[in-house]
Amino acid sequence: MRHTLAVLVENNPGVLARVAGLFSRRGYNIDSLAVGRTDNPAISRMTIVVEGDDRVLEQVTKQLHKLIDVIKISDITADEYVDRELVLIKVNAGPEKRGEIMQIADIFRARIVDLGRRTMILECTGNEGKVKAFEESLRPYGIKELVRTGKIAMLRGSRYTSINTNGSREDE
Amino acid sequence: MKKSGAQILVDSLLEQGVDTIFGYPGGAVLPIYDALYDADIRHILTRHEQGAAHAADGYARASGRPGVCLATSGPGATNLVTGIANAYMDSIPLVAFTGQVVTSQLGKDSFQEADITGITLPITKHNYLVKDVRDLARVIKEAFYIATTGRPGPVLVDIPKDVSSAQTEYEDPGPVNLPGYRPVLEPPAEQLNRAAEAIARAERPVIYAGGGVVYSGAHRELRRFAELILAPVATTLMGLGGFPGDHPLALGMLGMHGSKYANFAVCECDLLIAVGVRFDDRVTGKLESFAPQARIMHIDIDPAEIGKNVRVDIPLVGDVKRVLSALIERLEAKLPGAWQEKIQTWKKEYPITYEENGHLKPQHVIREIYRVTKGQARITTEVGQHQMWAAHYYTYTRPRTFISSGGLGTMGFGLPAAIGVQVACPDEIVFDIAGDGSIQMNIQELATAVNYDLPVKVAILDNGYLGMVRQWQELFYNRRYSYSELVNPDFVKLAEAYGAVGMRVEKPADVRPALEQALATSRPVLIDFIIEREENVLPFVPPGESLDRMLG
Ligand SMILES: Cc1ncc(C[n+]2csc(CCOP(=O)(O)OP(=O)(O)O)c2C)c(N)n1
Repeated sequence: MRHTLAVLVENNPGVLARVAGLFSRRGYNIDSLAVGRTDNPAISRMTIVVEGDDRVLEQVTKQLHKLIDVIKISDITADEYVDRELVLIKVNAGPEKRGEIMQIADIFRARIVDLGRRTMILECTGNEGKVKAFEESLRPYGIKELVRTGKIAMLRGSRYTSINTNGSREDE
Repeated sequence: MKKSGAQILVDSLLEQGVDTIFGYPGGAVLPIYDALYDADIRHILTRHEQGAAHAADGYARASGRPGVCLATSGPGATNLVTGIANAYMDSIPLVAFTGQVVTSQLGKDSFQEADITGITLPITKHNYLVKDVRDLARVIKEAFYIATTGRPGPVLVDIPKDVSSAQTEYEDPGPVNLPGYRPVLEPPAEQLNRAAEAIARAERPVIYAGGGVVYSGAHRELRRFAELILAPVATTLMGLGGFPGDHPLALGMLGMHGSKYANFAVCECDLLIAVGVRFDDRVTGKLESFAPQARIMHIDIDPAEIGKNVRVDIPLVGDVKRVLSALIERLEAKLPGAWQEKIQTWKKEYPITYEENGHLKPQHVIREIYRVTKGQARITTEVGQHQMWAAHYYTYTRPRTFISSGGLGTMGFGLPAAIGVQVACPDEIVFDIAGDGSIQMNIQELATAVNYDLPVKVAILDNGYLGMVRQWQELFYNRRYSYSELVNPDFVKLAEAYGAVGMRVEKPADVRPALEQALATSRPVLIDFIIEREENVLPFVPPGESLDRMLG
């Protein structure tokens, strides 16, 4: 089963290498890993999607916790959360196809961010399912290039996985 | 007040109570060596950086204080790697300092540059590359804190040459603040109650004790705990000395090279109380048949050890000493019954012995070392058959007296470790029990022992083979001794060339006089014991077998 982990880390050099190295060394499967700063510049947040049964997940979490730079780990898989990926797709788009492609973009609320003589770049955000469906709809036109960010995620409602201002851990 | 990076390093070491460091100079650490020149710290110049790391490791194992080593950038740093990995596998508090090329040259494949923080990422508890001299004092303080608290381990601090030579306005870094690092020392009360209940109910309990007992200083608590519930105690290689080896409840070592009675007890127990251990494959054998009838209780300071290799029914995360004390408070004394009787019968029926046949036997040599040192020596070992014989035939009654490379199994560990132990315990007898193969991996450290008047004794159990390899080839490769036979130098002359005392013993009757003579001298001594060539370590659980399927 796939799990989504929200991991808060100190924004130190090498922290990504520590986390990624831990996964490869111990043979865990990372599906996706996205990392960026939080509102506190000293703290980054990683969203890690990892494949494995409960035993694997328990070990992943415990081993991550051993890293000195890791401040907090929340497995939000079972919670209500919003998740997003961003995809950029460069697709073949001769003048005769542009109308159709723009209609597809409309349906997915994607944006056209570049228009060339024979290509277009579209930008789409959404959860994995939506991004995948969007990609499939454009495939028949010929995808020249595609890049996706990893997944980022946040709990719904008033619950949060960050640490509050005085530094103590908070879940509710 | 202005201070250089090197001066900050020296002052921080003093503040941490460091009295000795083991090291080797080079270009990138010259500012540090210059500051050490008139510092009130003893520096031991080893002959190889691996020796420095192992010596610091041995110092830590014997004293319980962190070991410190220092090497230059590039090759100096990479030479530390085996020593750091060794400390990591056995959870030893070690702080390694390395020099690094100047920050402007970082990442350019500069002369003697190695990405040592990258290289040691998987073998350190944590590591640092200090790019700004203003961070140095804080980093060093954190390094010692991390190395010595929670589950101990090695920490590396890499210091570019411009950082150690830069001057800064010195500011005290204040208390350590690591929001992601908070070792749990005591489990919640309800969990302790649950554990106490399980212990009270158990009819055939066995304690399986490891290095965690020694490191947390819990040997007295362990003894009281075992005596209270009358549970026999098997120890890992790392746990030897954590429970008195001559105690009626002692089962000795368990696992691949364990005693039969320890392994039988584990196979038949109904509650296995694992204390400060990590369920190494050399201990468990085939996992599916490990402690098949038992509920498993696991006490460890590292939560990641719980459930890593075996299912655990009752986890207790915390410092071993505190957990055992808390359990003792909750328990009532048990009375002996059929289980204790069975254990004693096994102990009588399957003692650890060997056959005397007039030839010089390795086991006999170790028994004699035990006798002449009255069981009071600190023993270090290399890796191989001699290591297992040293585990079986010397009885360890105090913690930190058996010092051996467990997790990594590093040949070449014993002699430099003995040097570190002798530095930590100047008034005690320190013996490195060695193989003729292993001793040649760091034999150059004899020069260090002579240089600093460290009277370590080396007993080579010389079988002319990489004995443990030969044993496996005998048992599993149809006696095809592929590249395991050794052509050795004259160890006696070699010892003398280094300025140590060299002796050779070939007959059983000469063992004791040679040992007595060795103890009577205050110089380093190397004794080459020419032992029976094809002696095997028995009993022996073949790899991947269950513990009750022992050879011998
Ligand atoms: C650095 C290193 N290289 C290789 C090995 C594999 N190995 C384990 S035991 C052994 C033989 C050791 O021979 P010796 O030191 O003569 O000891 P003996 O087994 O004969 O007592 C070898 C080669 C090791 N443990 N460490």
